[in-house]
Amino acid sequence: MNTTEVENFPGFPDAVMGPDLMESMRAQAERFGAQMVRDDVTTVSLTGPVKTVTDGAGTTWAARAVILAMGSAYRQMGLPDEARLSGRGVSWCATCDGFFFRDQDIVVVGGGDSAIEEATFLTKFAKSVTIVHRREQLRASKIMAERAKANPKITFAWNSAVDQIHGQDKVTAVSLRDTHTGATRLLPATGVFVAIGHDPRNELIKGVIDLDEQGYVQVQPRSTATNIDGVFAAGDLVDHTYRQAITAAGSGCAAALDAEHYLRDLEPTPPQAQSDAKPSVHTVGVGS
Amino acid sequence: MGATKETTDSTFDTDVLMSDVPVIVDFWAPWCGPCRLVAPILEELATEHAGKVTIVKLNTDENPEITARYGITGIPTMNVYVKGQVVKTLVGALPKPKLVRELSDYLS
Repeated sequence: MNTTEVENFPGFPDAVMGPDLMESMRAQAERFGAQMVRDDVTTVSLTGPVKTVTDGAGTTWAARAVILAMGSAYRQMGLPDEARLSGRGVSWCATCDGFFFRDQDIVVVGGGDSAIEEATFLTKFAKSVTIVHRREQLRASKIMAERAKANPKITFAWNSAVDQIHGQDKVTAVSLRDTHTGATRLLPATGVFVAIGHDPRNELIKGVIDLDEQGYVQVQPRSTATNIDGVFAAGDLVDHTYRQAITAAGSGCAAALDAEHYLRDLEPTPPQAQSDAKPSVHTVGVGS
Repeated sequence: MGATKETTDSTFDTDVLMSDVPVIVDFWAPWCGPCRLVAPILEELATEHAGKVTIVKLNTDENPEITARYGITGIPTMNVYVKGQVVKTLVGALPKPKLVRELSDYLS
């Protein structure tokens, strides 16, 4: 959704626009009878033979099988000014917003591959890019690190953390704190891109579905089944490791097959509870 | 196009600032995925609330002046203009029910 050009989804030798790929996937699912509900889910009830999901408009959808695919969200630094200045200099997506920061001094927070990718992308528009990382060494792969170091527009602020983001109506500077000495300094900048990782979007299912220590959904080995019968999980909600469009799509397929087998093996339901023989699929959720 | 209209750097003042009714301006660009999600929702709202509110779109690629004037640094951004002033700003794509709730003051 937020990637303009997807270059590593198999079958597209000349890349594909992210939104186009998504629209094609939607159209394909609809062709096979899937119904799309473009709204957020606000509550779920997943235990028992019939599960329900309620959307923002208050409609409740019932089903015997549910596939959880809420994905992950950009991790925030947690600073009060970060939320306040979101969309006014603070961003989590370089490909989305980089265009609006032409000729500006930008800070990128993070030390992994994402931070380096964001920083490198931003050099297309920015006057300067400063990568702020709390350690002395990047977590990113060697190739990415070398590329960044060779880029004349990129400088590094090592052993540094952002303490504060300054600016009334838009970002004007950041305060950096040395993670060893505690000393602070002011760095003028009009853009702050936060690239410190992702957190699985598990708010709806905490306490109900088993999660690992980092909040990712736990599934049975070589399966997409969660701790609750009839509830399956796929994509970045489960995967900490690969997190590519194709691995998410692959696990979505596995979840669909697992759900289908589960439904097929269910005890036959009493006549009055059956509507029609064909299972129906409802997909609820907005965005990627 | 439908119920929403396009506005530009040169027509913005007339289309938006001088309007008698509230105007919702959708700042968008063709390469922006979330903008494409929001577009059909705005078409629906424009039809459903015609006369009470006007919804216009501004392509940020083609209209840098107005984009910079309002400090837009992320899209989609929706600004609500009443008598030439920005009274509300929404950043990012929202599902229709949420958008309606946020804009309810101006849609009725």
